[in-house]
Amino acid sequence: MSDTHAHSVAFVRETEIPSSPPPYAATGPVKWLRENLFATPANSLLTIAALYVIWQILSGTMPWILNGIWNTSSLAECRQVLDGAVGACFSVLTERWNQLLFGFQYPSELYWRPTLALGLLFVAAAPVLFFDLPRKLLAFTAVYPFIAFWLIWGGTILTPIVAFAGVAAGAVVYQRLVTGSFAYGFFGGIIAAFIVWTVGGWIIPDGASETAMLTAVPSRDLGGFMLNMMLGVTCVTLSIPIGIALALGRQSSMPLIKVVCVVFIEFVRGVPLITLLFVASVMLAYFFPPESSLDLFLRVVIMITMFSSAYIAEVIRGGLAALPKGQYEAADSLGLDYPQAMRLIILPQALKISIPGIVNIAVGLFKDTTLVSVIGMFDIVGMIRGPILASTEWNGVYWELLGFASVLFFVVCYGISQYSQWLERRLATDHR
Amino acid sequence: MAEAATQMKVSDEIAITISKMNKWYGTFHVLRDIDLTVNRGERIVICGPSGSGKSTLIRCINALEEHQQGSIEVDGTLLSSDLKNIDKIRSEVGMCFQHFNLFPHLTILENCTLAPIWVRKTPKKEAEETAMHFLEKVKIPDQAMKYPGQLSGGQQQRVAIARSLCMRPRIMLFDEPTSALDPEMIKEVLDTMIELAEEGMTMLCVTHEMGFARQVANRVIFMDAGQIVEQNEPEAFFNNPQSPRTQLFLSQILGH
Repeated sequence: MSDTHAHSVAFVRETEIPSSPPPYAATGPVKWLRENLFATPANSLLTIAALYVIWQILSGTMPWILNGIWNTSSLAECRQVLDGAVGACFSVLTERWNQLLFGFQYPSELYWRPTLALGLLFVAAAPVLFFDLPRKLLAFTAVYPFIAFWLIWGGTILTPIVAFAGVAAGAVVYQRLVTGSFAYGFFGGIIAAFIVWTVGGWIIPDGASETAMLTAVPSRDLGGFMLNMMLGVTCVTLSIPIGIALALGRQSSMPLIKVVCVVFIEFVRGVPLITLLFVASVMLAYFFPPESSLDLFLRVVIMITMFSSAYIAEVIRGGLAALPKGQYEAADSLGLDYPQAMRLIILPQALKISIPGIVNIAVGLFKDTTLVSVIGMFDIVGMIRGPILASTEWNGVYWELLGFASVLFFVVCYGISQYSQWLERRLATDHR
Repeated sequence: MAEAATQMKVSDEIAITISKMNKWYGTFHVLRDIDLTVNRGERIVICGPSGSGKSTLIRCINALEEHQQGSIEVDGTLLSSDLKNIDKIRSEVGMCFQHFNLFPHLTILENCTLAPIWVRKTPKKEAEETAMHFLEKVKIPDQAMKYPGQLSGGQQQRVAIARSLCMRPRIMLFDEPTSALDPEMIKEVLDTMIELAEEGMTMLCVTHEMGFARQVANRVIFMDAGQIVEQNEPEAFFNNPQSPRTQLFLSQILGH
């Protein structure tokens, strides 16, 4: 190889090429349109066809919505006002607004109580959902269930206080005993809570609820979308920790715990929810002595929680299985014990992987709360199918009512979904 | 290079005693009659072909694997099925893995302070100071607030070493710490390990880095088919291997 040739081939870069912005033509709305909507003739054709379909849908529905009547007191009156023109009778929503939201038996002068409970729910949920907020707010979250219970059901304030005292006593006993062994702490805590509740039950005088500061409202008077929200929030909150416990139990090396968890999960997953609800409303009464009437609301909560916790357990098991074995080993090799390894290392990662699955089940559960209309509870669907559609004024207003219910559910479910996506982005620390 | 090794002194105190240890995976006999005594301050390199049981051996020492026969005694604590004993031994014995196994949801600093805070009950501030001290020692204090996924492999492995050191272990186990790394990064990890050895840490190291073995180890153990085939001082081991199996192994890994 000659010197000159080597001189022309060998190469040493002496200056770095500076980075430069992309050419202007690669950005801008025209570029976007051309690339996404009119890239090829077939693409253009599809765009035009899609625009036509959208136009058809809008031209069919928009007049109906925009021409809607909001202020009549019956379907007949509404039709009269419309006088043959296309238009929705949204006045059923305005006229039955309170029934749709609170049911038809909740005393109307007490509507502020569930409304306040809903407002406080956001305050209580905020520190759990957005963990950048100060941790001290969790104290309010801890007492919120008892406040909400008192606001919605009313009655003597002693009931929620005793309930809270029981939980607090259980927590204290757990804290004391858990250093010895988790089992001592767990069962000790439960026993302590039950003792406080039993003693509290004796202390609360009979008839205290009649003279209470807040008028007592029985469970059967709850209804409307409020009932769906209450069932949804309670059951999701309860089923996530139970689901975690079941998922860990299923992986346990202790045969008894493992068998109990597997049997529970497989049994509950194998049964339709509606069957469980019928069991709750009809069958359970046969198993309890006649004088002890477990509240229907509570029975339904237990059944839905059982149902969804079994599903959540399986989703979390998937998350646990997705973690590399090295994470367990690293936690073990540092000397962390089982509860510490789970709480600090394994569950934070497994739950993060399981977020989409858990949210999927939470959203499904929330919508499934409308099934309680089948067992005679007047949730929003129960209200629509029962008292509202059966009334002489509004017999036949299906689209507006069911559309309204759909919008309510959509807003909540879409909110949950958006939150979960934010959460996933927020927790993305692995930079894969 | 051998001078460095002889300078580092080994005490007479015994750190680990393994006697007549046997282990099976199902019916497969992975470890057979392992007898090994490690003195405090000793640096042992374990080598051998894959599947020879070398990783399994050091994983038995901190009970990541269970042995079925024989006994293991670490720092005078007999390894039994008692969970308290196991946790005690694990907090005295640090371990580095081939794939680092850092906790990806925690920052580098949190990775290092987690075990001291929860296992040793060290106050958070003190644990963070210790962590920064060891991160400085492995030369990455500026990465403390990053997440493991943002670091290179070599940096991650050095964090893993720092994480173990934060527990102030008396013994360190290394399970092929450089096998998943690029050649450039191997050096930075080995340098950290050499520094550790010079400070007198008792080390058991499964590795294929023969240069490291020559420079740092005061004993090299060769394993094959679940047995210790040969052990000797590095000079003698590499220059004058006795068993034919060792000779074959050395000729294969040093031959190219």
